[in-house]
Amino acid sequence: MDYSQFGAMLPELIVLGIFLVVFFMDTFGGNGVKKILTPTTAILFLLATVAIWIAPSCPEGIFGGMYVNDTATKAMKCILNLGAFLVILQSFAWADNAEMETRKGEYYELLLATLFGMYLMVSARHFLLFVIGIESASLPIAAMIAFDKYRYESHEAGIKYILTAVFSSAILMMGLSFVYAFSVGSLYFSDIMVAINEGSMSGLLMFALAFVMAGIGFKLSLVPFHLWTADVYQGAPTPVTSYLSVVSKGSAAFAFFIIFTQCFGQVYSGAWEWMLYALIILTITVGNLFALRQKNMKRFMAFSSVSQAGYLVLGVIAANSLGLASMMFYTIVYVVSNLGAFAVIQTIEDHTGKLNMDDYNGLHKTNPWLSVAMTLAMFSLAGIPPFAGFFSKILIFTSVTSATNSMALYMLVLIALINTVISLYYYLCVVKAMWISNEAPVIGEFKSTCVAKTGLGICIAGILLFGLVSPVYEWLVNSVELSSWQPLALLGL
Amino acid sequence: MDISILYYLVPSVLMFVFGVYGFLTRKNMIAMLISLELMLNSADLNFVIFNRYLFPGSMDGMMFTLFAIAIAAAETSIAIALIINIYRAVGNTNVTDIKQLKF
Repeated sequence: MDYSQFGAMLPELIVLGIFLVVFFMDTFGGNGVKKILTPTTAILFLLATVAIWIAPSCPEGIFGGMYVNDTATKAMKCILNLGAFLVILQSFAWADNAEMETRKGEYYELLLATLFGMYLMVSARHFLLFVIGIESASLPIAAMIAFDKYRYESHEAGIKYILTAVFSSAILMMGLSFVYAFSVGSLYFSDIMVAINEGSMSGLLMFALAFVMAGIGFKLSLVPFHLWTADVYQGAPTPVTSYLSVVSKGSAAFAFFIIFTQCFGQVYSGAWEWMLYALIILTITVGNLFALRQKNMKRFMAFSSVSQAGYLVLGVIAANSLGLASMMFYTIVYVVSNLGAFAVIQTIEDHTGKLNMDDYNGLHKTNPWLSVAMTLAMFSLAGIPPFAGFFSKILIFTSVTSATNSMALYMLVLIALINTVISLYYYLCVVKAMWISNEAPVIGEFKSTCVAKTGLGICIAGILLFGLVSPVYEWLVNSVELSSWQPLALLGL
Repeated sequence: MDISILYYLVPSVLMFVFGVYGFLTRKNMIAMLISLELMLNSADLNFVIFNRYLFPGSMDGMMFTLFAIAIAAAETSIAIALIINIYRAVGNTNVTDIKQLKF
């Protein structure tokens, strides 16, 4: 066997290397080693992110085309890495206490293992590799959710997550078995596309497509499949919630795009356009309407992330290279905005244990800088002009309307726009509680740690700069253009 | 007697439907897990049937099944561990008793 092919899997090998370093430090290191475990992981991971960014990509697939690491997937991995790095920074205060002393190594190992799975998800061009990726991305997360051993909610969230995750993967595998029957006995994305091109539209194909869409929709928490989201987000430890809402969701969105354009691209207008159309409208609207009535901050962020997933999937319905580029831009902006909000929630929870929106009343009197950070994050999530969230929403709407000239897609953008206005209301509710409410502040003054400040600083810089500084967007567009990406237009659509 | 593909496919799909039904109606978490196993196994069975009858020349479906069985085992072990946690916290494995997080 030719082992030199593994050299092309550089991002995976780097993450695997860090995993092994953390594992050996955790297992064989003494107390002194355990003390520096968390900072070492963070620094190694930062170096890895830079290494993956500058490492050469490998345009042709390896292992017979099962695995592809071109410029576009490399950019996706960099985005996921940024999110995971910020989550590691947020975990510092939570992981470094007496109760977690012996177990914090496991937390970082699980996190790196899931990241490995997500890399496989976006790089896979064969359904077997994709299934292995999606499972190794979702199973360790169940253990991470149930990580707070002495808190009941954590276990409840864990069991709810694992049961729905297994249910969804069973549905996904059932769908894949019909895809396998439909294709010519191959699970390569390209072979399936050829088989779909040659065969006619059949009930079997629609059935398989719906099953696959449901299976991945669970991961992305699109609306008919979103019911686990709020419970799991509320019960999980806050760093895990932010990891779930950003990194896990981002990788699922990328995989969704890749599978639906590269594999089922041929039945775009006949089948999955209208399926996705209904899903997007439901996701954005239901997510928004449920977010309106939430009082717990983590639950509120859960429904906000459901509706943000709907905006992400707008890039999938565009199904062209602009759609992919703007979806990646949306994800990177969503990473900094959502993690900015979660960093504030996390800091406040670490110091006071408060999680309800009412507790944020008059926060600006005691913690003005945290209030400013939260306000910027909320403005960016809502899409208010000078911040990054505005530009990401513009680009994703542009990509949808540029795809085809159909009236239906314009209507879709209109519905999404109306929902942006609705979302403004609940994001501003948080801002109102912090700045305008006259009640006496519940949360006392405290000084956040240096690491928390660094993480929050990166998020704020991203919120302020990603929209205004064009190289970020140009980098993403270039990486899509340079990749072996085939937009649907080239396939005769 | 000629045994066609339908003799295998129909039981497999029925098994999937029973799994979904069991998952939605059972109250005991272990029973829900068994239903999930039925669903996963019916997908595996489907792969093997399609491979055997439609594409006897290749091995893709069989390989997928081997990996899927391993993945299903991993899923079950994590789910069992979490159910044990819940059992310690609540005292039984009834889904109607884990209702602290809602609305």
